[in-house]
Amino acid sequence: MGYKIIVLAKQVPDTRNVGPDAMTPEGTVNRAALPAVFNPEDLNALEQALRIKDANPGSTITMLTMGLPKATEVLREGLYRGADAGVLLTDRALGGADTLATSYTLAQGIKKIGDYDIIVCGRQAIDGDTAQVGPQVAEKLGLTQITYTEEVLSVAGKKITAKRHIDGGVETVEGPLPIVITVNGSAAPCRTRNAKLVMKYKNAKPAPEIAALTDEAEKAYYATRPYLAIQQWGAADIDADPAQIGKAGSPTNVKAVKNIVFTAKESKTFTASDNDIDNLMAELIQSNTIG
Amino acid sequence: MNNVFVYCELEGNKVADVSLELLTKGRKLANELGVKLEALCVGYKLDGVESQILPYGADKVHIFDAEGLFPYTSLPHTSAVVNLFKEEQPQICLLGATVIGRDLGPRVSSALHSGLTADCTQLEIGSFDMKVKEGDQMVDKHYENQLYQIRPAFGGSIIATIVNPEHRPQMATVRDGVMKKEIVDANYKGEVVKHDVAKYVPTTDYVVKVIDRHVEAAKNNLKGAPIVVAGGYGVGSKEGFDKLFELAKELHAEVGASRAAVDAGWVDHDRQIGQTGVTVRPKLYIACGISGQIQHIAGMQDSSMIISINSDPDAPINQIADYVINGTVEEVIPKMIKYYKKNSK
Repeated sequence: MGYKIIVLAKQVPDTRNVGPDAMTPEGTVNRAALPAVFNPEDLNALEQALRIKDANPGSTITMLTMGLPKATEVLREGLYRGADAGVLLTDRALGGADTLATSYTLAQGIKKIGDYDIIVCGRQAIDGDTAQVGPQVAEKLGLTQITYTEEVLSVAGKKITAKRHIDGGVETVEGPLPIVITVNGSAAPCRTRNAKLVMKYKNAKPAPEIAALTDEAEKAYYATRPYLAIQQWGAADIDADPAQIGKAGSPTNVKAVKNIVFTAKESKTFTASDNDIDNLMAELIQSNTIG
Repeated sequence: MNNVFVYCELEGNKVADVSLELLTKGRKLANELGVKLEALCVGYKLDGVESQILPYGADKVHIFDAEGLFPYTSLPHTSAVVNLFKEEQPQICLLGATVIGRDLGPRVSSALHSGLTADCTQLEIGSFDMKVKEGDQMVDKHYENQLYQIRPAFGGSIIATIVNPEHRPQMATVRDGVMKKEIVDANYKGEVVKHDVAKYVPTTDYVVKVIDRHVEAAKNNLKGAPIVVAGGYGVGSKEGFDKLFELAKELHAEVGASRAAVDAGWVDHDRQIGQTGVTVRPKLYIACGISGQIQHIAGMQDSSMIISINSDPDAPINQIADYVINGTVEEVIPKMIKYYKKNSK
């Protein structure tokens, strides 16, 4: 039996390389100033989705992302690895969203996709580390959830079984479909791109960009390859309540953001010479700090 | 009404340390706001559980005790909390930033449309000014007694203060060990309310079955270790960490790590120190090849003494170190081991 799977993926600023211009004066993230990457745990989530698809012929995977038009990149990366379709949620009105407004928007997008059995996403994104969007999407859709998933063990009939992390251990749980699954970074890494799929999808673009093409040859190219059109929806397309999206739909406000300046302690500096290290160690032993 | 609530996490009928730490913090916030502190226990066979909670200053303990509420599953716990909150209208709700707290908190915040801030390192009360739309105009509005939810953000490069002025409860999760637990009075008197679970949790919520469950005691004692030898990206490799383990063994210390070293796969995740890891307060912290991102500093800044070994003399961590050794981890650690072996008492 085939399953309809939706993978939620986020394009994130690579917080492993943060510069001083990373935040706007308003306290939101200045995404333009940072390299953008596929959120690492969303790749682990994609792998779990692909394994379900492999084990259940007839299954399909739709990638869903919310972000700037540039976030199309993560949809293409999904297609290169075996996803079947991509949907981009992009609209100025969606900007400045906290996790709750983001979850509402994604849930509206999922409702518009309509048919789904399993929604999979990474446990958390590296730009916020909140782990809130997965459970909030589940709540908005009235679904239950399995968070911190290490491995989906099986999907059969209307049931899914998964191994998940808990504090100090692991548990195996069984839940009903439809369901939301969030996947840990320690789960199996995502497979690499498939060369044939890269060839097939490398020119995939949001549908509005294709519609705006003027070059006749290009128009003809896309006309014969409908799979290259990535769905793009704005706030109106997903029937979003303006009060629940973007900044307006976000209960949290950033009051202040500050760069931390450490109050320098008076410190003793040593070199790595034998003599210096011996002196330091002697001092520590003398003061009963060690030994 | 409008009190401070703490969701108490339970393993069997034992209340988790993080919840006791939050009760202590919650007590202080409640005092400052002039309101009561209430605790919430959802589980099975909870007779007498309040005796672990009341000494921390809880004025009321809400108990939901029924088969099916332990082990934790998402929907029944969400319903218990959400439906109780609809009646009680808390102004603040604190949860542990544990697997359970991070599974439950977001659902509760979504159901109540309230703001939630994850992994806070400080919680304070203060005022907030904001422009809000009234009719067609933007007007200045002043809010008193707001919960400042303070956390490092964005990979730890900055500290952000978050407020949720227009929505209640103001929700925050805090990691184990970040706040300190403190008994207010061993005989503190509080009310115990046992709720009729069926009134709050519909039977249709019991849909996830826990088939198998293994909980082990923590593999390391990082939180309680008097000496911590911690390694960062500057350690360079998994083999580099072997040297740190060797020094730690000599000093009867535990080995910790920065997120960068954990992400590189050199050391287990459960040794990560920082905002998204363990918080430690040892008498000696030896930082080996750790640059000192705020996210890391947040988890070790209360150490009594800090030694930083770093080849970069400008590493931010050197600012808070008592002793700075300008050198590579590779070079310095073996020398420390050698001297210690020869000269320890």
